[in-house]
Formats: sequence, structure tokens, C-alpha cells
Amino acid sequence: MIRSIYLAVVSLTLTVASVLAAQPPAGQSEFKPLSEVPPSEQLPGGAFVVVAYAFIWIATMVYVWFVWKRLRKVEDEMRALQRGSPEIKRQ
Amino acid sequence: MKPMRKLLLPLLVVTAAMFAVAPILIARAPYESTMLMVQKIFYFHVPSWIAMYSALAVCGVASAVYLFKGSRQADRVAVAAAELAVLFGLFGLVSGSLWGRKAWGVWWQWDARLTTALLLELILCAYLFLRKYGGPGSEKLAAGVALFGMADAVIVYKSVEWWRTVHPVTTVVTTLIPEMYGPLLFCSIAFMLLFGVLLTARVALENRRGELDDLYLAIEDRR
Repeated sequence: MIRSIYLAVVSLTLTVASVLAAQPPAGQSEFKPLSEVPPSEQLPGGAFVVVAYAFIWIATMVYVWFVWKRLRKVEDEMRALQRGSPEIKRQ
Repeated sequence: MKPMRKLLLPLLVVTAAMFAVAPILIARAPYESTMLMVQKIFYFHVPSWIAMYSALAVCGVASAVYLFKGSRQADRVAVAAAELAVLFGLFGLVSGSLWGRKAWGVWWQWDARLTTALLLELILCAYLFLRKYGGPGSEKLAAGVALFGMADAVIVYKSVEWWRTVHPVTTVVTTLIPEMYGPLLFCSIAFMLLFGVLLTARVALENRRGELDDLYLAIEDRR
């Protein structure tokens, strides 16, 4: 067990060290004001924003329905079990 | 969890109201210089990942508690949080892909941030599959997978610093002007509330399942 942990720690240390050794140049790190950018480089994308937001709303609603459906199933099963077993009902 | 369940309805109302107000705040936020409209995906892309990391942290800590203390309640919290981590991760991946289509001209890039994020999502899916199809005793194995997922989260977060990626670095958030930072904070709180509401509901489901299992065991014992 201790040997496995020791091996895992050594492997992780070596991996992290090799990753840190290869430092990339910095990426985009700040927002620029609109006035500095030519119109040809600007990207409108209203439909994409609406689709992304709608996806999150719809997926959340589907998930809530899915949880509720599973909860109903468990409740129904519990009721059926309690009806079928009087001794369980008393607990 | 019982006090949380009492708070569920008010929390749900507040969360729904915040999600209804969020598009107005996002629409009023100033445009970013190069992205213009599509940059506004950022206001729910980043909060999705914040909620995802929170869910993953809850899952990881609960899994560790289950592994070392054997707490069944911790195991229930872990499985509930894992499912939510997958959900919020999916939000992040889809919204990021939509943003990427406009910003980079492609739906997907196999760059370090995106690939590690996808791997994290797959690790969490593996956790859920293990729980569903792993059979008796798979809970402990799944808890181990959750700890790997938590370790991967660190790699995902730091990937933009460790490797050359096309993804913006995380320090972009600190350079936001107040008019942009306000809506981002608002959306982040809304997503965290949503996470809290969904976690409470999902843990309630796991608790009921636990009670059902106990009922079956009690019936078996009497036979």
C-alpha cells in the first residue's frame, strides 16, 4: 500500500515537473476597447448566444423532469411495498 | 439536508427569478472589442464551469469521506454531485463550443484546455456508469474515480498556463471592467443557487432510494 502511494507520488511529481518545464508564451490576458479594433475583425453572434442560453434552460428543465420522474418511481415502489407488507408499514 | 429541503422552494423561486433577470443584465453589459455579441456567452460559460468545479469538489470530498469513514450519506451526496458535475460540464462544453465556432471558426479544437475538460467530463461519466452498472461494491471503486476526477480538475484549470492553448487564460476575468464584472458575478451566483437547488433535490432522491433499499432488506430478513 505504502509502496503504491510512494510510486504514485513520484509519478505525479515527475509529470508535473515535465509540464512546468515547458512554459508556453502568455495567451490573451486582457479585454481591449472596441474603438481599437477595425470593423472587419468584429464578430456578431446573437443567434449563438440565444442558442447557448436556451440550451442551458432546456437541459435544466429536462434534468429537473428526469429527477422528478425518478423520485415518483421510487415513491410508487415504496407505496406498493408498504401495501404488500403490513409489517413493514409499522416501521 | 432537512433544513435545506425547507429552503428548496424559496431558493427555487429566487434562482428562477435570477435566471429571468440575467439576460437583461447580459444584454446591457458593454460589448467586448473583438467578439461583440458572441462574447456574451462568457456570462454563462464561466458560471457553468464554476458550478461544475463546485459540484466536483463536493463529489470529491464526499467520496473521500465515504472511502475513509464509510458514511452512506456522504456516498449519496457524492453520486448526486457527480451527476450535477456532468450536467454543468455539459453546459460549459456546449456553450464553449458555440463561442469557439464564432471565435475560432470551428466547433472544437483539440487543444489542452478543451481536451482535458472533455476528459474530465468522461471521467465523471465513467463514475456514473460505474455506479449504475458496476454492481454491488462498485461504490468504493467509483469513489476512487471521483478522486481522480478531482485531481484532473486542477490540470484543467491550470492547462491554459502550462500549455500553449487557443483558450483565453483565466486571468481575463480579473481584467474585466465593472460593467462586465457585475453581470458575471450575478450569473455566477445564479448558477451556484441552481447547483444548490438541484443538489438538494438530487440528494433527496438518493435518500429515498436508500430508504427503499432498507425496506427491501427488511422484507428479505423477514422471509
